[in-house]
Amino acid sequence: MIKPFITRKHQEKLIEWFFFLNGIVVVAILAGIFMLLLMNAIPAFREVSIAHFLSKPIWNPDAYDQPTYGLLPMLVSSLMVTVGSLVVAIPLGIGTAAYLSDVASPRVREIAKPAVEILAGIPSVVVGFLGIVLVGPVISKLTGTYNGLNALNGSILLAVMALPTIISLSEDALTSVPRSYEEASLALGASRWQTVILVKIPAAASGILAACMLGMGRAIGETMTVLMATGNAAEFPHSFLGPVKTMTSTIAIELGEVAYYTTHFYMLFAVGLILFIITFIINLISDIIFHKHTRLQ
Amino acid sequence: MANNIRMKAEHVDFYYGSNQTLKDITLDIYDHAVTAIIGPSGCGKSTFIRLLNRMNELVPNSKLEGVISIDGESIVAEHMDPVDLRRKVGMVFQKPNPFPKSIFENIAYGLKVNGQKDKGLIEQRVILSLKKAALWDEVKDRLHDSALRLSGGQQQRLCIARCLAIEPEVILFDEPCASLDPISTSKVEALILELKKDYTIVIVTHNMQQAARVSDFTGFFYMGELIEFDKTEVIFTRPKDKRTEDYITGRFG
Repeated sequence: MIKPFITRKHQEKLIEWFFFLNGIVVVAILAGIFMLLLMNAIPAFREVSIAHFLSKPIWNPDAYDQPTYGLLPMLVSSLMVTVGSLVVAIPLGIGTAAYLSDVASPRVREIAKPAVEILAGIPSVVVGFLGIVLVGPVISKLTGTYNGLNALNGSILLAVMALPTIISLSEDALTSVPRSYEEASLALGASRWQTVILVKIPAAASGILAACMLGMGRAIGETMTVLMATGNAAEFPHSFLGPVKTMTSTIAIELGEVAYYTTHFYMLFAVGLILFIITFIINLISDIIFHKHTRLQ
Repeated sequence: MANNIRMKAEHVDFYYGSNQTLKDITLDIYDHAVTAIIGPSGCGKSTFIRLLNRMNELVPNSKLEGVISIDGESIVAEHMDPVDLRRKVGMVFQKPNPFPKSIFENIAYGLKVNGQKDKGLIEQRVILSLKKAALWDEVKDRLHDSALRLSGGQQQRLCIARCLAIEPEVILFDEPCASLDPISTSKVEALILELKKDYTIVIVTHNMQQAARVSDFTGFFYMGELIEFDKTEVIFTRPKDKRTEDYITGRFG
């Protein structure tokens, strides 16, 4: 018998390695991005202290005599639009999910579910455009502000963008609540709404929470929409009706025109690193909650 | 026994889509008695009992024909809300299905959804229901533990307690012992006999000995039809139909 060039055992090993490499690529990219951000962020602190970065309430890299690189204005801005968007998106998202899973007829569900998924696919620049031509003027009319490009506008748009995630994952969580809970509740003379609110939503709580966290991750990292709709004034935000400049907008606007290898340049990477860490933690938490949830089923 | 008729099924047909699962069922359920429904798997006995509190309405594409009535009133009458019906006609399911809440909350739930706000009263009723369901001594020190940590038999008695708390008049048991061990089964059976004094009981079971032990009346279902309905001792000693005799003597099923 002729010995084959590659034995079956080696073949198996090769295939195994091939898939291992595929799997590791994603992890390597993630680690690579983190390292890139970290390596570029470190030089930022040769001239400016970390304390300065974390505590100064002003971001003014172009100041003639004493440039300041305070993270706080944009961090607060980002948190404002994110929290604002969640205040809108969570009740609306859970309500829609409960409607889809428990009230809607099969026909309505067949139309509404793909609609929700298509909503997720709308390019962020289109949403931002709507913010400028539709939401902005409406806010301006209602509140008497100059142009309606402010944190409130960004919150509303981000809510629209976070909704599909929240709706479809919450709906999944509600649908996976054992039918026996629902039957038990109805048999005790509870109405359908009482059953949804008092039994199904609490039973699906961890899945819904994970959905909201993922929606939050989506909102905080969103760039184009907030860049277009929030006014981008580099000042410390005071109210939802004032313009804000988020971390993402700051990077997107300034990285294009900054002189390379200056403190300002490296500072933008530091901002990116903070953003990376925040979204990483949010995703990690939602992942942990979600796995706890699926294990309980 | 001079019993009044409490619920009545007259010429009931039931369909899942185009599949007819119950054919022309006519059956009386007597007050303060245990009515057992027996029959082989798939004979329609669970479907029948779930019609009595309108649980089958949740199944899409199902259709009911004929009349089911309680105290002479159709259960699908205009003014008869399913929620009101289910407060009157309670149900215990095949698999214990406590909520993922505490023991206390499981029982208080039914009271709360029925608009009871008085905390003291809720507590009294929880305790009373647990005592009636012969579970009080086993759980009195851990009312606020998760109900999911109880054993299967305890969970089932909790579900019975939960059902008793809203003070129904009729209790439907859908194979309540199907997933229980023999000791838990005998506890639940003793409980059913005890509850007969205050409630009207319908029990579905595929365990013929159980039907013989606990029931006053027995209906034998086969292939969606009610083959025979009579006092339990008649069914088990002098069945009129050959199929009933074959089933209870264990020749098929």
